[in-house]
Amino acid sequence: MSNPTFDRIQADITENPVVLFMKGTPVFPQCGFSARVVQILSHLGVPFKGVNVLEDMEIREGIKAFTNWPTIPQLYVKGEFVGGCDIVIEMFQSGELTALLNEKGIANKAEA
Amino acid sequence: MAMQPAEIEALIKAALPDAEVTIEDLAGDGDHYAAKVVSESFRGLSRVKQHQIVYAALQGRMGGVLHALALQTSAPEQDTAR
Repeated sequence: MSNPTFDRIQADITENPVVLFMKGTPVFPQCGFSARVVQILSHLGVPFKGVNVLEDMEIREGIKAFTNWPTIPQLYVKGEFVGGCDIVIEMFQSGELTALLNEKGIANKAEA
Repeated sequence: MAMQPAEIEALIKAALPDAEVTIEDLAGDGDHYAAKVVSESFRGLSRVKQHQIVYAALQGRMGGVLHALALQTSAPEQDTAR
């Protein structure tokens, strides 16, 4: 698989424990769905890398093919795709997101 | 740009004939929907896989003509679990 965009995505999700592919930046999200995921991660005190797909057309299209997921945002934890906005919200509300973070050894405020 | 709810439902049902599909027009603009899909074929699958099945049913419209479709998927609750 010699796809330079996929290589960049793979490097990002390998080097950073929590990565959010989003529209805008964590400080200034430019889409409501991205903003909600940022809000949840911030609420849980989880440090994450935000990748602004609006600044990079190759990543913007590449991430959809890479994950086989048609929409942004996309949350990765320890190299694994967790979900988009709906799934992240559902998992946060049910406590599964905190469980996943704990299981993966990601520090968060909800840690008991 | 917009899609009719019946069109969305038809596409999902074409791929998942047993699916119970509930669609809500969130903003009344024919562009922001929430869909609840219940199908036996979701049983045992992760949420990511369940959503991928629905996205596949929509044949590339998601993220394109269909700007926003909030998804909630699940398998039917089993009556036998009592």
